[in-house]
Amino acid sequence: MPRRVGRLLLRSSLLEALAYPHGVDRYVELVRPLLVKRQVRAEVIAVRCQTPKSATLSLRPNDSWNGIRAGQFVGLSVEIDGVRETRPYSPASSQHAAGGALELTVSTHPEGKVSRYLRDRARRGMIVGLTQADGDFVLPDVHPERVLLISGGSGVTPVMAMLRTLCDEGFTGEIGFLNYARSSELALYGPELDQLGERHRGLRIVRGFTRGRGSPLAGRFCREHLRAVTGDHATASTFVCGPPTLIDAVRGVWAKDGLAEPAVETFTPPALSFDTDCAVGVVSFAASGREAANSGLPLLEQAEDAGLAPEHGCRMGICNTCSCRKTAGAVRNVLTGEISTAIDEQIRICVSVPLGDVALDL
Amino acid sequence: MPTPAPTLTSEQLEAFGQELDAIRARVVADLGERDADYINKVIRAQRGLEVAGRALLFLGFLPPAWIGGTAALSLSKILDNMEIGHNVMHGQYDWMKDERLNGKTFEWDTACPGDQWRHSHNYMHHTHTNIVGKDRDIGYGILRMSEEERWHPYYLGNPLYAALLAIFFQYGVALHDLEAERLATGETSLAEKRGMLGEIWQKVRGQTLKDYVLFPLLSGPSFPFVLAGDASANLARNLWSFMIIFCGHFPDGTQQFSEEQAENESRGEWYYRQLLGSANLTGGKLFHVLAGNLSFQIEHHLFPDLPAHRYADISTEVRKVTDRYRIPYNTGPLHRQFGSVVRKIGKLALPSLPGRGGDAPTGVVGAVQDGSQEFPAAA
Repeated sequence: MPRRVGRLLLRSSLLEALAYPHGVDRYVELVRPLLVKRQVRAEVIAVRCQTPKSATLSLRPNDSWNGIRAGQFVGLSVEIDGVRETRPYSPASSQHAAGGALELTVSTHPEGKVSRYLRDRARRGMIVGLTQADGDFVLPDVHPERVLLISGGSGVTPVMAMLRTLCDEGFTGEIGFLNYARSSELALYGPELDQLGERHRGLRIVRGFTRGRGSPLAGRFCREHLRAVTGDHATASTFVCGPPTLIDAVRGVWAKDGLAEPAVETFTPPALSFDTDCAVGVVSFAASGREAANSGLPLLEQAEDAGLAPEHGCRMGICNTCSCRKTAGAVRNVLTGEISTAIDEQIRICVSVPLGDVALDL
Repeated sequence: MPTPAPTLTSEQLEAFGQELDAIRARVVADLGERDADYINKVIRAQRGLEVAGRALLFLGFLPPAWIGGTAALSLSKILDNMEIGHNVMHGQYDWMKDERLNGKTFEWDTACPGDQWRHSHNYMHHTHTNIVGKDRDIGYGILRMSEEERWHPYYLGNPLYAALLAIFFQYGVALHDLEAERLATGETSLAEKRGMLGEIWQKVRGQTLKDYVLFPLLSGPSFPFVLAGDASANLARNLWSFMIIFCGHFPDGTQQFSEEQAENESRGEWYYRQLLGSANLTGGKLFHVLAGNLSFQIEHHLFPDLPAHRYADISTEVRKVTDRYRIPYNTGPLHRQFGSVVRKIGKLALPSLPGRGGDAPTGVVGAVQDGSQEFPAAA
């Protein structure tokens, strides 16, 4: 009861007026970082390592969290050397997990700043930032009768969330799960998949190790693998998450069979093009709904060429008036040559040139 | 004491610009946890001082509590406006990608709406520094701070206007972007400025409600003490920030420029104008923090978006470069710099006498052909 009164008080407009213009959150967070009401934050409640190249974090989000649908992703942010780095991760937890807990399995890459930081530093009690869940790689509200899940490597997480959610809901239809990993040592969720497979009728799990021995399936995705997991892929709602090679292979089979595209998700960053003479990609101005082919000029000029009139000042990277939120893509700062690929950051569009597709909040 | 401004060739100016770019690049490459820790520490100190100050003022009927509370709240407002607000709004901490410290959206504890400040200060003042007719920080549209501005009997009140501006500085700053003097002459209309006025009203209302209504009312019997404490803290911040800011571009030796002089500037020339138009203050570490490091006005104008707590280190490097090019570097203690500003305010209240030397815009920017221009001697 006192806790509820405390929370109501924290949300009162009187307190907000007293904390003007910074807002109550900016005071409260110095004492209790999870009590903020305008930002989603989460506490790490457990950390485990399923494989040498991954870390699995259990998170408890604060009251600002709106919940998630299985298959969606969240932006997770941590401060590394003073910089807030945000990366997208698809939780693997059921959307019905107790207390809204989220489970993220983060696979480390040699160049992965955030993934390595989390593997080395994530501890119980650590506070991380979250964005609200996003993405349309989700099960339809009315579940189909037959579901086919295909995943490769760390791409297991969103389909794992779908599988766990379906199991929690007592789904009575047929689920096929074709799960690839490099080797059995690097396979995620192996024991749990085996258990689920035994417990749920109608769930058929087939696993493949693309580089390891003792694989029930040989090599990479092909039609034979598909037959091992389902008798009729044409009538199943299919969800694929993994590296581009796997997605392309699945799309190839589906196209050959004249089927509608399966739902796909991939988080592999695009190869960067540094040549401004042959600018590629599309610049999208999300707030105004406009799009234009990247001309290789600074984004401010491209926005103006597209008929927008963004706020700006000096046009030389000094005054920060044109600073704008970039929601996706890579840009090069023409003053420093610095390239940044973060998914959610402020950039000065007068001195930023897009490298491929870029989305701006303009 | 500054030496006369040298005449640099365009090649020299380009090399000079590159040296400053290199200083900037070194600092940018080094930004990291240390800078994030610093600004977070200052914010923590500011919030602590604010909460402590307001709590003490609730006991304001006890004189020591009133004095302590007012002092803590004054320091909190000074830190909030200068080392935090002014600097964060320049985008100095945007590289941290922390939405709370985002230069575009940050709001500060003063009457001026952040968005209007970003326009009048970050863009107008920092891009057109000391260009008479373009930089509205020269006299704020109220004072005569340049010989270039024609004298008018109105300016006899120069010292009085300056004193009023100092006392009500937060409101002077709030009305800055409104260009009140252009409203008076009919160059712009009130209708055009309606949106701006609305924003100012919103901000002033929020500030007034907090400082002069809610906190005094909440304190019950301490009402008059809290009211007086809040007013004193706002006044202390006003006087302090007026003093520091007027020492940035008006002490003896700082130069002003004409629009023609600044046309088609190269980056080197732009740096050169910033250097000749700005002046530093000497002092201890705490003094610099309370000045929001605007005591390193020169470094701030060269690199407005680098974290200000770096300016002290940067200044030794800038000094080496300016010494090499024999470019004057204007610095001095607060009493001397501010003293010369006060004298200038008084002197410019009167019409300029023919033959009287002084502060005519003699800025030398760009490759100078005849090399005969003179730099006004410093005090």
